[in-house]
Amino acid sequence: MLAKLCKKAFPKSLWVYHCNSGACNGCDIEILNILTPYYDVERFGIKVVASPRHADVMLLSGAVTRPTFPLVKKAFAAMPEPKLVFGVGSCAFGGGCWFDTYHVSGGGATAVPVNYYIPGCPPRPEAIIYGVALALGLVDKKAVPIDLKQVEFPIDAYERNKAWEDRNVIYELLKH
Amino acid sequence: MWLTSKIKQILLVLKPGVVTLKYPFEPRPVAKDFRGQPAWDHHKCVGCGGCAAHCPARTIMIRDLCQELRAMVYDGTRCTYCGRCADVCPEDAIAMTEQYELATDDGNDITVRLELFMLTCRRCGRCYNMETTNLIDKMGLKGFRYDQLEMRAVIPRATERFEAKALEESDRYKRPQT
Repeated sequence: MLAKLCKKAFPKSLWVYHCNSGACNGCDIEILNILTPYYDVERFGIKVVASPRHADVMLLSGAVTRPTFPLVKKAFAAMPEPKLVFGVGSCAFGGGCWFDTYHVSGGGATAVPVNYYIPGCPPRPEAIIYGVALALGLVDKKAVPIDLKQVEFPIDAYERNKAWEDRNVIYELLKH
Repeated sequence: MWLTSKIKQILLVLKPGVVTLKYPFEPRPVAKDFRGQPAWDHHKCVGCGGCAAHCPARTIMIRDLCQELRAMVYDGTRCTYCGRCADVCPEDAIAMTEQYELATDDGNDITVRLELFMLTCRRCGRCYNMETTNLIDKMGLKGFRYDQLEMRAVIPRATERFEAKALEESDRYKRPQT
């Protein structure tokens, strides 16, 4: 549904504002990598702009640290509607290794409403292109939650043990 | 002048041809030894908790639902795909797959949940209660077993009987927010 809405809201080119909120530059280098001729993302009409006032999409990289927290909020408020936020990397997704430290707010979702997440540390350039293509409705979503279960044991060990102890009179004799 | 430079450019470009990948419309294989999303083999897993203790981002949480039942939850939102869980696993139950197309609009989409049957002592039925008795295991596991202090409050220790309430509470557990 969100993909359909994106198609309607952004019929032409997406202009992207790249916002680094305390990332280690791994994700930033991969974001620059997808603009090279090899992974040419401009064929989808995507262009990196310098100001959030020109942008449709915010590419948020990095766990939002405490100094950048108000700045990220300000940059998001400066973007014109309709707007999207992409969280690039594990830090923008759930906070990375620093999800519970004192100087990190724990992921991009704490500061701004993130629409799409691209996990990876850093994500491959293909993974970022996949995320953008997912938002544009070009590909299907592949990630699904997995629920695994071992075969349940048919015997209740406690009841069997209790019955065995009740039967075994030698325990009572050994106690004295 | 500009025309000659353009012709020069065209001649230069003719040699390499088109280099741009048609990625989203064509599959792109990964390099050898690429570490993508970790995959669990629940038939091999013994539930030792080594992966949970080694994970730098603490993505793997262990919850003891009762003596026999241990739930392990892999929360992929902050996974850095370092592969230490696959390295440390004594049973080779974790393998790093080549799946990297994990972009999603919902954080719960890359969660893996395992429910393991833990074998208990045949005699007393509760010898593996490391949480309360074995001090060395207690020291090693205390920081890593549960994600947060609130998590410990939900399931403080393994119970002898299965508690449906504990399962329900742990299912409602939300990922850490500030």
